[in-house]
Amino acid sequence: MSDLLHVTSSPHVRGRDDTRRIMLYVIIALLPATCFGVWNFGTHALLLIIFTVASCVLTEFAYEKLLHKKVTIGDFSAVVTGLLLALNFPSSLPLWIGVLGGIFAILVVKMLFGGLGQNFMNPALGARCFLMISFTGYMTNFSDYPGYVEVFSSATPLASLKAGGSVDLMRMMIGTIPGTIGETSAFAILIGAIFLILTGVIDLHIPGTYIVSFALFVLLFGGHGLDVRYVVIEICGGGLLLGAFFMATDYVTSPITPMGKIIFGIVLGVLTGIFRIFGASAEGVSYAIIFSNLLVPLIERITVPRAFGIVKAKKGGDAT
Amino acid sequence: MGLKTFQGGVHPYDGKDLSKSKPIVDYLPTGDLVFPLSQHIGAPATPIVAVGDSVLRGQKIAEASGFVSASIFSSVSGTVKAIEPRRTTTGDMVNSIIIENDGTFSEVEYVATDDVTTLTREQIIDKIKEAGVVGMGGAGFPTHVKLSPKEPDQIEYIIANGAECEPYLTSDYKNMMEEGELLVEGMKIVLSLFPKAQGIIGIEDNKPDCIEHLRALTENEERIRVQPLMTKYPQGGERQLIHAVTGRDINSKMLPADAGCIVDNVETLISIYRGVKLGRPVITHNFTVTGDAVVNPQNFRICVGTNFAELLEAAGGLKEGGAEKLIAGGPMMGFSLFSLDVPITKTTSALIAMSRDEASQFETTACINCGRCVEACPEKLIPSRLADYSEHGQKSEFEKWYGLECIECGSCSYICPARRHLAQSIKTMKKLVLADKRKK
Repeated sequence: MSDLLHVTSSPHVRGRDDTRRIMLYVIIALLPATCFGVWNFGTHALLLIIFTVASCVLTEFAYEKLLHKKVTIGDFSAVVTGLLLALNFPSSLPLWIGVLGGIFAILVVKMLFGGLGQNFMNPALGARCFLMISFTGYMTNFSDYPGYVEVFSSATPLASLKAGGSVDLMRMMIGTIPGTIGETSAFAILIGAIFLILTGVIDLHIPGTYIVSFALFVLLFGGHGLDVRYVVIEICGGGLLLGAFFMATDYVTSPITPMGKIIFGIVLGVLTGIFRIFGASAEGVSYAIIFSNLLVPLIERITVPRAFGIVKAKKGGDAT
Repeated sequence: MGLKTFQGGVHPYDGKDLSKSKPIVDYLPTGDLVFPLSQHIGAPATPIVAVGDSVLRGQKIAEASGFVSASIFSSVSGTVKAIEPRRTTTGDMVNSIIIENDGTFSEVEYVATDDVTTLTREQIIDKIKEAGVVGMGGAGFPTHVKLSPKEPDQIEYIIANGAECEPYLTSDYKNMMEEGELLVEGMKIVLSLFPKAQGIIGIEDNKPDCIEHLRALTENEERIRVQPLMTKYPQGGERQLIHAVTGRDINSKMLPADAGCIVDNVETLISIYRGVKLGRPVITHNFTVTGDAVVNPQNFRICVGTNFAELLEAAGGLKEGGAEKLIAGGPMMGFSLFSLDVPITKTTSALIAMSRDEASQFETTACINCGRCVEACPEKLIPSRLADYSEHGQKSEFEKWYGLECIECGSCSYICPARRHLAQSIKTMKKLVLADKRKK
């Protein structure tokens, strides 16, 4: 007998998907929205995406090298963060702001909290909000969009709608409207979302409850009555689809319990509705997601599932 | 046909094609036989032979010590060479009777029963006990104990576990295909103990020929039916099988009898038939030798006590290049062996030799909280959290999150994209918590 037998605890076989493969699936799923964004907004958008992604990956690499930690950029999670962050930028954003955002996302939101799996907030959205507050002008400047002045009275379809203007629903579906690089095309985002669902990376628990609860909230409080067209515009606009399928579903910052996922989705829907209808901003998806990220530990605490075969304790108890 | 199943589970590569088409071959050992006195759950058996005694095949060599225990019988004729601790598949040293095989296989004469329907309940249970029958699916719980529930009238289902959900294993499949008649007869004997019960044979739908075969055999049996099950690991887990077949759920503190069920592996039922009808004790056992490193994977009817190494040679030995990992049992719950110099007991059903051990080549990375372990867990636990509590020594949290309900199926480790050793951590903590409880 050879001396080289391996002795380990069972199971002795493992599944196919590892973290790296899952991250690759997410990157592939973001490609339709990315490609559409580049086509829609031009080469500066492409440069911005490249710079932001590179900034994220290099920040993680440099941090781990400097602290003599194991380099983990091979898991592609920094690429996902960079790509998501860039897709949340207006195409006119200066490259240096993109780079700064990438550094903030990885260094402050992710690495300082312990790296992958330890961050309490979605790094891309954390950085977006940081930039939104620091560089409000740049971050809300959608005026470079071709045909911007003629077609729209205001920045984005939702802002226009909020201001009482009208919106072309078909163009929103295709995505030939102003907005951030990756959020404008509902079709491109949905293609990616379907890919993620088919590959088992995400399921509909969070995005489904998010969208349904948001739709109900808008129907009840939107002040437009039973106007389906209005609800569809609200769902397709303002990065809600991108947020629901790609950012709210971020594993690290969403609940792990099945019931928790549903509560998380409902909280997201209600918060987005409140921010949009009663707040000053027309979008509000980012804020709703990062606020809900903070609630995750609480949500998990109250939704520990009962194990198989454990009967709900009867009132009075059965321990005599 | 309605497929039944449970929530959760995983779909590992099944590898059954390697040995599925090979008929069962009787294998008669040549070397010494080792009979650990603890091949079952409960008290170890007490030796009733001494060194130097000559024994026959089928002769009792160790007596059950107490109710929850099982007797052990020699599977060969020969001389008792020693009674001393020997290593078993789990790596533990267990007191064992070693018998030098004389190669003649002279057998005791068994007292058969012409008509089992004339036997009383007590007589049947006694015959099962006298045959040393234990749960042969792996757990090894003494069958006479299982068949003596407090209230026999409350038993509504006798479930034959023919799921064989562990990848690679084909011994139960061969049992059902080649000895299906005995299985049905065994089931009828058990049903005679429980007048209100119906018999259900649960089989995963990756064995359609088996389902057809047993359906044909039970066509005229009013009280027995075949239930096809979805092919999914761990479909053959006792709690999962009960849920699939009856819709009833039990937890770790309950027995199947609390849900009106008794679950027996298919080979156990065949052993019941042999014990009650033929008077023959458990001395043989179906066993699969398989894996990509084996020259000629096949199914054997082995003598209990046969050495693993000897049996591997009988299957042609290892291919050139050898094996990186040897597993006693299935790849999901079996034990990896560091030596083949261990005996096959009543409950080990396979030896798998893998040329490459992929599982231990993966590097563990950070948990990304993806929740796949939660989806896979057939017990609806949160394995990633339980493993955290285990690694941090948080016993009370571990219990609060139902850690003790874990059935150790390994689905969480299998599915984890960060390649964490979830099941291993949870199993370790479970042992510690249970040890604490016993102290109190």
